[in-house]
Amino acid sequence: MSETMAAGGTRTLQIWRGDLTSGQLVDYTLETEPGMVVLDAVLEIQRSQAPDLAVRWNCKAAKCGSCSAEVNGKPRLMCKTRLDHLPADEPITVEPMRAFPIIQDLVTDVSWNYEVNKKIIPFTPREDLPEGDYLIDQADTDRMSEFRKCIECFMCQDVCHILRDQRMHNKYYGPRFMVRLASLDMHPLDGIDRIDQIADEAGIGLCNITKCCTEVCPEGIHITDNAIIPLKERVVDARHDPILKIFKRNNTRPGKKKPEASA
Amino acid sequence: MAIEHHDFDVLVLGSGGSGLRAAVAAAEAGAKTGLVCKSLLGKAHTVMAEGGLAASLGNVDPRDNWETHFQDTMFGGKYLNNWRMAELHAKEAPDRARELEHWGAVFDRTPDRKMSQRAFGGHTYKRLVHIGDRTGLEMIRTMQDKAVHSDIDIFMETTITRLIKDGDRVVGCFGYRRASGEQISFSSKALVVATGGSGRIYKITSNSQDCTGDGYALAYEAGAELVDMEFIQFHPTGMVYPPGVAGLLVTEAVRGEGGILRNALGERFMEKYDPKRMELSTRDVVARSIYTEVKEGRGTPHGGAYLDVSHLDSDYVRRKLPSMYDQFLELAGVDITKEPMQVGPTCHYFMGGIKVDPDTGETRVPGLYATGEASGGMNGANRLGGNSLGDLLVFGRRAGIGAAADANKLSAVALPAEELTAAQGEVDTYLNGSGTENPFQMHKDLQKIMGDGAGIFRDKEGLTEAISLLESLESRVDKLKSPSPRLEYNPGWQLCREVKNMLTVSLMIARGALMREESRGGHSRLDFTAYSDYWAENNIVVHSKGGYDMQLTPTPVFKRDELSELVEARKESEKAS
Repeated sequence: MSETMAAGGTRTLQIWRGDLTSGQLVDYTLETEPGMVVLDAVLEIQRSQAPDLAVRWNCKAAKCGSCSAEVNGKPRLMCKTRLDHLPADEPITVEPMRAFPIIQDLVTDVSWNYEVNKKIIPFTPREDLPEGDYLIDQADTDRMSEFRKCIECFMCQDVCHILRDQRMHNKYYGPRFMVRLASLDMHPLDGIDRIDQIADEAGIGLCNITKCCTEVCPEGIHITDNAIIPLKERVVDARHDPILKIFKRNNTRPGKKKPEASA
Repeated sequence: MAIEHHDFDVLVLGSGGSGLRAAVAAAEAGAKTGLVCKSLLGKAHTVMAEGGLAASLGNVDPRDNWETHFQDTMFGGKYLNNWRMAELHAKEAPDRARELEHWGAVFDRTPDRKMSQRAFGGHTYKRLVHIGDRTGLEMIRTMQDKAVHSDIDIFMETTITRLIKDGDRVVGCFGYRRASGEQISFSSKALVVATGGSGRIYKITSNSQDCTGDGYALAYEAGAELVDMEFIQFHPTGMVYPPGVAGLLVTEAVRGEGGILRNALGERFMEKYDPKRMELSTRDVVARSIYTEVKEGRGTPHGGAYLDVSHLDSDYVRRKLPSMYDQFLELAGVDITKEPMQVGPTCHYFMGGIKVDPDTGETRVPGLYATGEASGGMNGANRLGGNSLGDLLVFGRRAGIGAAADANKLSAVALPAEELTAAQGEVDTYLNGSGTENPFQMHKDLQKIMGDGAGIFRDKEGLTEAISLLESLESRVDKLKSPSPRLEYNPGWQLCREVKNMLTVSLMIARGALMREESRGGHSRLDFTAYSDYWAENNIVVHSKGGYDMQLTPTPVFKRDELSELVEARKESEKAS
């Protein structure tokens, strides 16, 4: 076995305890086992020392995106972060995501994200599709698949300074939903012209491509380069193409319809 | 005190694949529909499904058809499957797959741009529609978006602790919102249980923490029958080290790509157990083989077998098994292109479940429906990979339609006050009662009992001991109490009812396993190692005689004359080979 397995021993975790009104870091010391991840340590503390410690988790396999937290100040999936990959000579801090309201301890209220998702019109097939099986290129599939890997851990939302610092939740959908919009806009059989939503309500212009979101994505999605920047370009093409402007025409792509006003 | 209350025509419990599909179907049928999930939407255990969705589209191999898929499913299930369910599944899975694509799901393509299909254990032809190794996530996200934009009210992080009956009929349920601890009740003309399996009764499992058998126990308490509960699929390859990740799934694709299993002596032991199929033998055989090697002293330092792909080209391994490469490097510090993995069996899937009408998902309790892993019958004694994702679409839709049709026949229902009061009393006792039992400790005790006595190999002595130990927990369950009285997001409170549910499920499994004196599929008896002619024709059906007192009844397998030819033909061809 590799030498990385030798680690273990006593570690101290400083876990944020509290609710919306107040809270503080509380020290917990435990004996660790080799290979433990932060979530193991938190659950062991819950089992043996702090049975009321609130933590949200499900799969413990980095596939569901439930156990997002800020570990030593950085957004991480607790189930994917090994204790022995964190500095051994200092306590490990575990805090809730700061961009969302606290419910209890490490659990935050992420319901805003679900409200945003409701505003995005789902895939709607083009009206000019022939009968029979959908025909799609693997290259299109690969492009969409990168975005559809998203496990909705919302850590990109947590670090986006438009949401975290400027609190512009009413003007910007956040990186997660830029990725979602990109997966729909790049679907070759989708029949909705999404440019107005991307530009106006979703507020893509607010992103100034600092790439903080890309850095924290546990799925390695190139959020900024492959989703946000291409969408920005599509907005520019549709709205500011100088030749089309001369003819005062909107550049709606073939097969795409403007969404109905009620949608 | 008045509590939050909602009225629905159809209420679905569980937001994994089957629950989402049922809710969409019920809403499309015009029913006022609600969907309750214990966690956040989109986090259910379905996200962990990797391989694909079995459907005989014939895109890759045009020889495929529903008849062959039906035969494969029956053979895989050792002919204990409900024939009608296996038939409906094989016939309807292709349409359900196409429908998902029409809702925006994105699957890998063939060179002629259709949905691609991959080979998998037990399927005669290349049959599994897939996208990389995250097919479950794709399906759940697609149906999540479909549900969000259908007329469905969704209740996230809401725990249901009791089904409520008015006379013989289930008319709703009761529970609480996890974030606030506030109580909530629902009335429903029809209720669909889609709560998945119960892998958390074992310490070593690939299952999510939500999989605590809530639906099995709630339906049992409401008078439903359950079938085939002794059949549990142990996936042969879970991680065994480090301790924190023990049980985490190592996909079958590792062996599919050429991975070799060896014991501590370096022997390629599958030669002894299945020289014909070797590492690609069926899941039950490989799991038992690894277990036997370890038990007989030939296990690895961490108590498993070596699974080795280091003889393959390292670039190829990283390209074909990217998530496995990352998983072992990140979590175990093992570079699988250079050193072997250590793997062992992990509890993966419950073949058994609530007994339902194949066409509608209706249980024997009026107003109560079940679907997906929560229901039983489709998979018999052993499930083929890829059939669970097909199952949840085909029968999720059918249960939603069935429940909506039922609801349409009824005028309003109401929750009897005394039933509601009893349900309120139960959750309050876990929080403020005089009990002294710690739910975390009892969960640990239960997992040990099940692992020791009712795991992958069973015998009369071990099962009898397990049942007696489980029965000793019955009285302790009534004394469960959360270590903290806090209402808001209280993990100990949540676990109290889950432990009670898991005890009910564990008793069903152990008692069924003791009764079935043979070895078949996901049930292996050391004292009855062969097939029995009697048990080849019978399922075990269980229902409540009150409390934890259970009636177990051998019941003839549900057959259909028009399918006999297909089944007999398959049996003959197996004999011949």
